[in-house]
Formats: sequence, structure tokens, C-alpha cells
Amino acid sequence: MTAFEAGAGYGGQNRGGGAGITFGGGSEPLVSHADGTLASRRIIVGYGFWIFLLSDIVMFSAFFATYAVLSGETAGGPSGKDLFNLTNVAIETACLLISSFTCGIATIGARARQALMYYGGMAATFVFGAGFLFIEIHEFVGMIAQGAGPSRSAFLSAFFTLVGCHGVHVTLGLLWLLTMVAQVFAKGYRPDILRRVLCFGLFWHTLDIIWVAIFTVVYLLGAG
Amino acid sequence: MFGRLTWDAIPFGQPIPLAAGALVVFVLVGGLAFITLKGWVPYLWREWITSVDHKRIGVMYVTLASVMLLRGFTDAIMMRSQQALAFQSQGYLPPEHYNQIFSAHGTIMIFFVAMPFVIGLMNIVVPLQLGVRDVAFPTLNSVSFWLTATGALLVNLSLVVGNFSRTGWLPFPPLSELNYSPDVGVDYYLWGVQISGVGTVMTGVNFVTTILKIHAPGMTYMRMPVFTWTALASNLVIVAAFPVLTATLAMLTLDRYLGFHFFTNEAGGNVMMFMNLIWIWGHPEVYILVLPAFGVYSEVVATFSRKTLFGYRSMVIATMAICVISYMVWLHHFFTMGAGPNVNAVFGIASMIIAVPTGVKIFNWMFTMYGGRVHYASPMLWSIGFMVTFVIGGLTGVLVAVVPADFMLHNSLFQVAHFHNVIIGGVLFGAFAGYTFWFPKAFGFRLNERWGKAAFWCWFFGFYLAFMPLYVTGLMGMTRRMQHYDVPEWHPWMLVAALGAAVILAGIACQIAQLVVSIRHREELRDLTGDPWMGRTLEWSTSSPPPVFNFAVLPQVESKDDYWRREHSPDRRPEPEPQYHAIEMPRNSATGFVCAFFASFGGFGMIWQIWWLVIVCLVGAFATFVVFAWRDRTEYEIPVEEVARIDRANRLARAQARAQLQAAE
Repeated sequence: MTAFEAGAGYGGQNRGGGAGITFGGGSEPLVSHADGTLASRRIIVGYGFWIFLLSDIVMFSAFFATYAVLSGETAGGPSGKDLFNLTNVAIETACLLISSFTCGIATIGARARQALMYYGGMAATFVFGAGFLFIEIHEFVGMIAQGAGPSRSAFLSAFFTLVGCHGVHVTLGLLWLLTMVAQVFAKGYRPDILRRVLCFGLFWHTLDIIWVAIFTVVYLLGAG
Repeated sequence: MFGRLTWDAIPFGQPIPLAAGALVVFVLVGGLAFITLKGWVPYLWREWITSVDHKRIGVMYVTLASVMLLRGFTDAIMMRSQQALAFQSQGYLPPEHYNQIFSAHGTIMIFFVAMPFVIGLMNIVVPLQLGVRDVAFPTLNSVSFWLTATGALLVNLSLVVGNFSRTGWLPFPPLSELNYSPDVGVDYYLWGVQISGVGTVMTGVNFVTTILKIHAPGMTYMRMPVFTWTALASNLVIVAAFPVLTATLAMLTLDRYLGFHFFTNEAGGNVMMFMNLIWIWGHPEVYILVLPAFGVYSEVVATFSRKTLFGYRSMVIATMAICVISYMVWLHHFFTMGAGPNVNAVFGIASMIIAVPTGVKIFNWMFTMYGGRVHYASPMLWSIGFMVTFVIGGLTGVLVAVVPADFMLHNSLFQVAHFHNVIIGGVLFGAFAGYTFWFPKAFGFRLNERWGKAAFWCWFFGFYLAFMPLYVTGLMGMTRRMQHYDVPEWHPWMLVAALGAAVILAGIACQIAQLVVSIRHREELRDLTGDPWMGRTLEWSTSSPPPVFNFAVLPQVESKDDYWRREHSPDRRPEPEPQYHAIEMPRNSATGFVCAFFASFGGFGMIWQIWWLVIVCLVGAFATFVVFAWRDRTEYEIPVEEVARIDRANRLARAQARAQLQAAE
């Protein structure tokens, strides 16, 4: 009766003869106020999460712009050429890209309800994500130890903030990952939990996209 | 143990802040004690604090905004009286205190009055106008509100514990850096605004998703009411602009807390980068506020002219044009930076271009009134007052977009007059128009018209008295934020401005009286029809206040102004009773409140550098997130009999009220 597929496309265009208005939840499982179907709730949740990710990307763009303005302001201190170790960065990049691939496997596994694929994929994602984080922290600690901490120059402030902000996102992603593993383990492949797995996947892939930009703008341009 | 927090933070030596702080604490504690003794806590907890109903959240937003308006206006009165008295004398406010007052005034009025007011109206109205039962993410909506309330709490806490920022409503470095502002003032600003800003981004995400993805059947984009369109534009701007604010404030925070060098004078920091970043957020922010106000006027003018809105399509296009161009004008806030004539010319021209779609809107409202049967109810008065006032503000805006003129007027009271002209005449009048217009929808009874009209006239003339003198003194060379001055020519104008503030105070008193009188006489003002104004859009098709599920059966939309079309078509007949179904609604959740609890203490810990408290709160916030995610039942079902019972009662009441009205005619 109150049926109307809220998903995909123009509001009001009654796709498929009108079934199921849906009000969806965020990462929270919410309300189909009528006979909502899973598909359209997935769309609403995914759509909302994408909007959030776009806002996150806008935030990163402010940090990128700042870095671009300040990248030459070394105040007599070390520049990117003196500090960046491209081998390390290559390993980091590999870790993150592989973790994105395994995250994709985990998402497929969750949808197929394949425990091995899901848990295996998540575990691999965690390992590679943590590996990335370990190398990054190692790099940061090394730079601070040789006097190239964030308060040394405006360039280093911008560097630590941009790269560190990505690192904080990865850390939060890992916490979220553990929560999702625990949720599936405790509650099974419930639709609302599957939606959260989907959002986690979107989040993780977005971190990859941002890393590609950091890799290029910060490391490749900075070391060259 | 308590970081930087010591007994010195309480202003025992300063009578004015101490008295003000004591009053706030007294009112707060007294209010809480009264509520507890009356036994209202369980009710408030169940029906309001944990509610995820968009209407309730909207009412809480507007309430927050109204209370903060009193706080911000107190600051305004103090500033105007100081400047009236401080001619060749120190006045009664020492510079140290005066600087906090103008900083708090701007911060509070923008972040905790204007923002929650328009977001509150959007919350109450947008789902109803779309013909649906809630926003896309109801619990997130509650989190947004409570984070905004946290920000307001922290900013007001600075009155009692410590002090507030002295840097103006935007913390411009290097003044806001640790060297020049070593105390907690700027930190209060940073954490208060940062936390509420996160809430605002969540609102933006929520409403963009709601408006683009959730509609009643048949509610296509080009059938959406203009208020919903402007809400969409406003939230798109929120999603794209507020993250920049988050990043900018984070950078200043890092400068202050960890010795970074983003905006410092030494080690390569760049002060002007802060100006650029903050205004890339700051200018769109103006449109975030004024676009929904434009939406309110569109609804009000059409309703009280008894005509469909003139130029609906052009209104939508103008709204979306403003949405985009709002990002291309930020540099006009600092033409004096010295970016060169070409850069300044581009931004000057863009600033003039943005006046074009705004002009389109003004003409649309005028042509809507033209030939209509205009009813001068108080929402309409606010709208007409807006049109007159806003055109003046817009023209002075175009004037300062002329770069050479801006060099003369930069940082003068002319600027202050200009932005108050557009924000009071545009945003605040719109907020008040929307408040009077939708009050019956939210509460089921109208507001008293006599007091409402008195409030309008006081605000209207008070505004002109208070701000036209500032244009004049601005042209005479008076800069903004002066604690005292020695120029005799300015003094009479400052006296007139103070008088204007007093007249506005009378307007606010009328509004308070209006609310009190209306509540006391609510039975006479009761609206049983659900449609006290002969409205046009779907929010008027349900009862006032609407049931928790808004619509027992989602409306089938066939045209723009669908409700008006159905109500006033020649062959109108009572609609047959629909077939009812059980309705699932989201369950209440304390998540928002608990988040705000941890955000408040965490923010306080950050301000005073009480690190253990920060860590505890971060862990608590994560735990809240997990507990929320662990819920198994997130919805409850309203059984079909209950839906039918509520809707039948509403239909009966509406039919009887209408029959009575028709008999009276």
C-alpha cells in the first residue's frame, strides 16, 4: 500500500509499480516504516554513507591544499627529498592496495555467507592494514627522532597532518573492522549487519583512493 | 589531575562575569531541580531526550536556538550600551571583557542561534513536506542535535569556568595562536564549534539523503515544495563546506596544542592561508543560513497570497545557482590581502553575479503577491519586512563587492551594518516567519497575532534604528570592535544605535509575551483542521500536531501544491477511508544523549588539558557506538488498529472543524 521503492533515481518515479517505501537506517538498522525491502534500504544506507565519504574527501582536500601551499616552507629544515624513503612508501602502498583487495573478498564473502571468505578476508585486511600503520608510525617516529617532527617547519606540520589524518582514518577503520567481525560472529549475517559491512568496504576503499593521492602528491612529487 | 583547571578559572574578581555566571548556574540548577521535583524527568527522557522523531528533534533545535538568542542578544545589548557610553571614556566594560563579548556574540548568533533555528525548521517540516515518516537516519539526527547542544554548552560554560575567546567570531591568527592568546578562550571556541560542526555535517548527510532518496509516491523533484528545495541546497552546501571548517579548526588546534606551524608567524606558517580556508567555509555558511529562509518566504508568500508561487522553476534554478556560486566568492572577505587586481576582480564580479539569482527570487515573491489576495498575518509581515530590508542589505553587499570601495570600508562598521542587515533581515526574519507559520503544525495551536505583530514592528524599526547608524559611522571611518573612541561626530549615532537595540529588546519581550499568552489561551487558539492558514503543501494535510507516523497512509502526489489542488478542486469530496496497515517506526535511542555526554566531558578535558578525562570519553564514545550497533530490535510496530484509531479520530476532528468553519462563513 504505502509501497514505493525509494531507491535509485528520481524521487516519485514509481519504479516497478510501487512496492515498499523504505526509510533506511544509517549504519544503524532502521525502520522500514512499511513493508520495506532490503534492496532499497541498502541503497539509502549506501547513498548516505557515500555522501559522508564525499564530505570526508572534502576535508582531505583542505589538508591537501594546505600541504600544497606549505610544501616549500621548510624553514631551513629538511625537505621531502631528505626525508622520504620511497621503498618504505612502496611497501606501504602495496599493503594498503592488497588490504583493499582482501576487503573486497570479505564483502563478497559476507554476501555469500561464506564464513571462510569473510573471516579470512577480514583477517587479511586487518593484517595488511595494521602492517601499513606499523610502517607509517615507524616512519613518523624515525623522522621525529632525527629532529624532523611536525613543529620543525610548516612543511612538516602539513605533512604530518595530511598523512597522519589518513593514518587516523586507517586506525579507526581497523577498530571498525574488529567490531564488524565481532558482530557477524555474534549475530550472523543479518541484513543490517551486511549493510554495515558494505559501508565499511566503501570506507576502506576510499582510504585507498586518498592514499593514492597522498602517494602521488606527497611522496612522488616530494622525493623527486 | 585537573590539567590547567584551578580555582583561578572562576572569575571571583570580576563582578559582571561572576554575576552573569552565577545567574546562569542558578537558572540551570533551579530549572533542573524544578523538573526533577515535578517528576518530569521520565517524561522528558522518554518523549524528548531519547526521541528520534524528527518533529521532536526540530522543536528541541528551535528551543535551543531561542534560548541562545537571549544569550547572544544580551551580548549585543552590552556592546551597544558600551559604545554609547564609551565616548571619551572607558565605558563600563574593560577591553578584556568587551573583546570576549563581541566574540561570543558572533559565535553564538551564527553557530547556536541561526544554525539550530534553520536546522530545526528543516527537521520539523521537510519530512512532512515530502510526505514521509522520518528522515533517512533518525538516530543520527538525534546525535546531530545533541552534539550541537554540546557545543552550545561548552561555549556558555566559558562564562563561568575560565574565559571565552577574544579574537572575534572567527579566530584569526596570529592573534588566536598560543603566543597571543595563551589562555583557554580560543580553546573553548575551537572545541565548542568543532563538536557542533561535526553534528552539522551529520545533519547535512542526513538531509541530502532524505530529500534525494525518500519521497511519497509521486513526489518528483519538480513537485517538491520550495522550502524542501532550499533545504536540499543548504544541506549540499553543509556537506561540502563544513568539512573545511573541521580541517581548518583542527589545524589551528594543532598549532596551539602541539606546536605545529600552520598559521604562525615563524617557521614558514602562513596566516593568510587561515583566512582563505575559513572563508571557503564561511561564505557558503551565509548561504546555508539564508537559503532555508528563502524557502520559508516562498511558502509564506504563496500561502498568504492565496496563489501558487510565481516562477517555481526559476526559484529552483536560482536556489541551485546560489548553491554553486556561493563557493566562488570567498575572497571578497579579504580583498585587502593583496592578491592583485585580477584575482580581486574575479571575486568581485562573482560576488555581484550571486546577487542575480537572489534578485530573481525577490521578483518572484513580488509577482506572487501581485494579483493575489494578500493576508497580512504575522508570517507575511516578517516576509514583507524581509523583502524591504534584504534588498537594502543586498545593495550594500554589491557595493562592498566593488574592490576599491571595499578597500575603504574593510573592517569598518559599514561591514557590520551590511551583514547584520542581511542576517537579521534575511535569516532571522525568515526564522521568525517560519516559527509563526509552522508553530500550529508543531503544537496544534496558533500563536497570538497581536503580540506577534507587535514583535514584528519592534524588530523591524529596532533593526533600522540600530543598524542604519552603523552604515553612517562606517562611512565616517569608525572601525568595528572599538571598546572606546574620541570622535564627537560618531557619538550621536551610537546613541541612536543603542536606542535601536532597546527597541529590538522590546520586540523580544513581545515574542516572549506572545508565547506565554498563546500557551495560556491555547484552547481558543486550537487548530483542529490541521491547516490553519489554507496551506498548499503536504504538511498541512495531516493533523496538528501530526501523529508520530505523520501520515497513516502515504499521500499519492500528482502535482505541485498537491494538497491545495485536492482541497480546492471544484469536485472535491471527502476522501474515502484508506485501508490501514501496521506501521513500523524507529525506537527511541539514548545514543545521541550519551554521545553528547562524552563529547561534553571530552571537550572540557581537551580545553583544560585533562588528558585522562579525554581518554575515558573517547573509550566511552566507542563503547556507545558498539552498544548502539549491538541492538537487536531497532523498530517497533504500531498495530493496524492503533493506526486506524488515531487516524479516524484525526479525520473526524478535521471534518468537524471544517464544517464549523464553513458554517461560520
